[in-house]
Amino acid sequence: MADVVVERGRVARATGARKGKSLRNALGRKSTVAFFLTLPLILLIAMLVLYPAFYSLYLATLNKAMTKFVGLSNFTFLFKRETFWMVVQQSCIFAITAVIFKALIGFIVAHFVHNIPGKKQRKWRGMLLVPWVIPPAMSTLAWLWLFDPSYSAFNYTLSFFGVGPIPWLGDTFWARFSVILVNVWYGAPFFLIMYLAALKSVPDQLYEAAAIDGANWWQKIWHITLPMMRNIIAITTLFSLIVTFANFDIVRILTSGGPLDTTHLFATWAFQVGIQSSDIPLGACVSLFMVPILAVAAIFILRDVSKRGNEA
Amino acid sequence: MSRKTLTRRQFVAATAMSSAALITAPYVRGAYAAGKLSIGFWDHWVPGANKASTDLVNEWAAKEKVEVSIDYITSNNKKIELTAAAEAQAKSGHDILQMPSWWPQAYSENLEPLNDIMEPLLKQNGEVNGTVKYLGQSGGKWLAAPATPGSQIKGPCSRIDLMKKHAGIDVQEMYPAGGPPKVENWTMETFLKAAEACHKAGFAFGIGMGETTDSVDTAGAIFQSFGAELVNAKGDITVKTDQVRQAMEFYKKLIAFLPPDAPSWDDASNNKWLISGRGAMILNPPSAWAVAKRDAPQVAEQCWTHGFPSGPKGRFAPYLPYFWGVWSFGKNKEAAKSLLVHLSSPSSIEKFVAVSGGYDLPAYANMSKFPTWAEEGPPKGTLFHYPDPYKHQTLSIAASPAPPKIAQQIYFQATLTKMALRFARGETMEQALAWAEGECEGFMRS
Repeated sequence: MADVVVERGRVARATGARKGKSLRNALGRKSTVAFFLTLPLILLIAMLVLYPAFYSLYLATLNKAMTKFVGLSNFTFLFKRETFWMVVQQSCIFAITAVIFKALIGFIVAHFVHNIPGKKQRKWRGMLLVPWVIPPAMSTLAWLWLFDPSYSAFNYTLSFFGVGPIPWLGDTFWARFSVILVNVWYGAPFFLIMYLAALKSVPDQLYEAAAIDGANWWQKIWHITLPMMRNIIAITTLFSLIVTFANFDIVRILTSGGPLDTTHLFATWAFQVGIQSSDIPLGACVSLFMVPILAVAAIFILRDVSKRGNEA
Repeated sequence: MSRKTLTRRQFVAATAMSSAALITAPYVRGAYAAGKLSIGFWDHWVPGANKASTDLVNEWAAKEKVEVSIDYITSNNKKIELTAAAEAQAKSGHDILQMPSWWPQAYSENLEPLNDIMEPLLKQNGEVNGTVKYLGQSGGKWLAAPATPGSQIKGPCSRIDLMKKHAGIDVQEMYPAGGPPKVENWTMETFLKAAEACHKAGFAFGIGMGETTDSVDTAGAIFQSFGAELVNAKGDITVKTDQVRQAMEFYKKLIAFLPPDAPSWDDASNNKWLISGRGAMILNPPSAWAVAKRDAPQVAEQCWTHGFPSGPKGRFAPYLPYFWGVWSFGKNKEAAKSLLVHLSSPSSIEKFVAVSGGYDLPAYANMSKFPTWAEEGPPKGTLFHYPDPYKHQTLSIAASPAPPKIAQQIYFQATLTKMALRFARGETMEQALAWAEGECEGFMRS
């Protein structure tokens, strides 16, 4: 009986010691320290991102008066609305076109800047980043003045060449062109800086070897630059796609979704439906529609990134 | 480090003495004995107009011993609507919140009924028009009190010289300062002819076809003057009627004489159009004229604000009242009501009107003849007819008389301007009407 007791005590002590040791080990691990260091940020994200996200999911299941649960009927209602499908189409046109142009312009300008010698390059980098560092609401107001029906500086300039006046924001084509243009102007510097960083990490020896093999500039881009930049291009594109899809300020300030709703994006239409028309559940539904579309884009783009990572 | 200990006997004696002192002491009313009151007012665009509100509130607070705090919330980018939505959701915020036209109805469940103050106010200041009742009442319950600051009529503001020269219309003769309007010939037909003449002369009427309130309010008054309703008072969809078709035909003709980029106009565009000297008329409260006084005095002295043209079913003017609402979850509702009574007194209303240079319009019948409107200028008397002193128009809001929760969506989705624009841009009448009907069906959600 006594043996058993002693035995049990030993076992208990041994377990306690193991537990204490494993806790010390866990606390000593770098990943645990990293977790605790990032905990404030995780909590902040939980409060400002996760909670609103789940709350909007909850709102999307309520009726207009927010008095009863209606399941998915808000979504089925949206599927029957002509304007909703127009908004889906427009959001895709807006985001895809803007991201393509931002990437293209960023890529080309990054090459130009990369080829500028040292000190001058710093000045150019600074200047080219200006659109990106100005708060978009402010710079879009300046664009609004450039497109203004009464005082448009663009139309004034074009009038010297006998062109115009162009209804920049009053005609569907021009209004879409204008909002995409402003988004490209604002977002291209982000691509530029990311691509510039990627370009700088491509070893010069590869280009030298290609030059010895007689490769022309296009072959160097196609066989060296682009493969070396693939991952950064994919991640930048995904990031920009998310931000562009969720854009609000540019469209809200320039066109408020007009003319005839032809420039509305998910966010601007959600605001109009949810806040202005006091249909918060429907507004929540509209904004939630970005999630599956972006999730599909993220899966495709990131899957490709990890594949390349494995190859490497 | 000496430490004095309190004996049980001393403790009991001290407690008894303190209690006796508290009970027998005379009641002294502190500076803020009646509690606190938090107010969210609309941030007035007229310089100095907020000060009038602050002064009136402080005057009341000093008398009533209430500690007040005021936030002035801009209506730019719908911040006041966002505030209302957030406070209604959180069931917390200001005690009093000033709300634009549709919001008392939108948050009717969260607002304290104000019948107890509205009934005496109506007796004191006179009746309010049908639009104020339509927006401010629900089932006989006053949801909010009509606010003078911000309330406005968006009637025509014409250029005297350009209208005379190009359209042959003397707006001063039609609407003489100090006298009743002579408007037998001021009809939609005359309006259209004038729009055409001014367009040909290079001074098109500055009427927006966008999705913001100025464009929608104009469309509302024009549709109503033809008797056109998308949804009637019972909530039935009435898009495919002859009246709506007539209004659409009229709009199609009018759009041809408007600036080509009118579909992209916001609420600032018409102001700029007038101030830049490019237009012979806009439909707006006197804000554009007030800015022109400062920035383009030669334009301002040619401006004349007057009534709307009449259509087959009457003369309707776009009217946008503001309201003061008291949240039902507010902490000091009695004080809030008392303040609203003070802000709705004739002397307070007169002060609001004077400080805003005549922009603010009281909702009450006996409050439309203050000297400000007769005296403001140049030209003197330019605002005389702004408050509709002879009541020759029906002050209305677009999308009424549809049930307010449906009308609000027709209004903010700009269904009226969109359907007119669709028709003008090449869709057939039936296509445009079918689209509007579909939209209205969607607005029936409850």
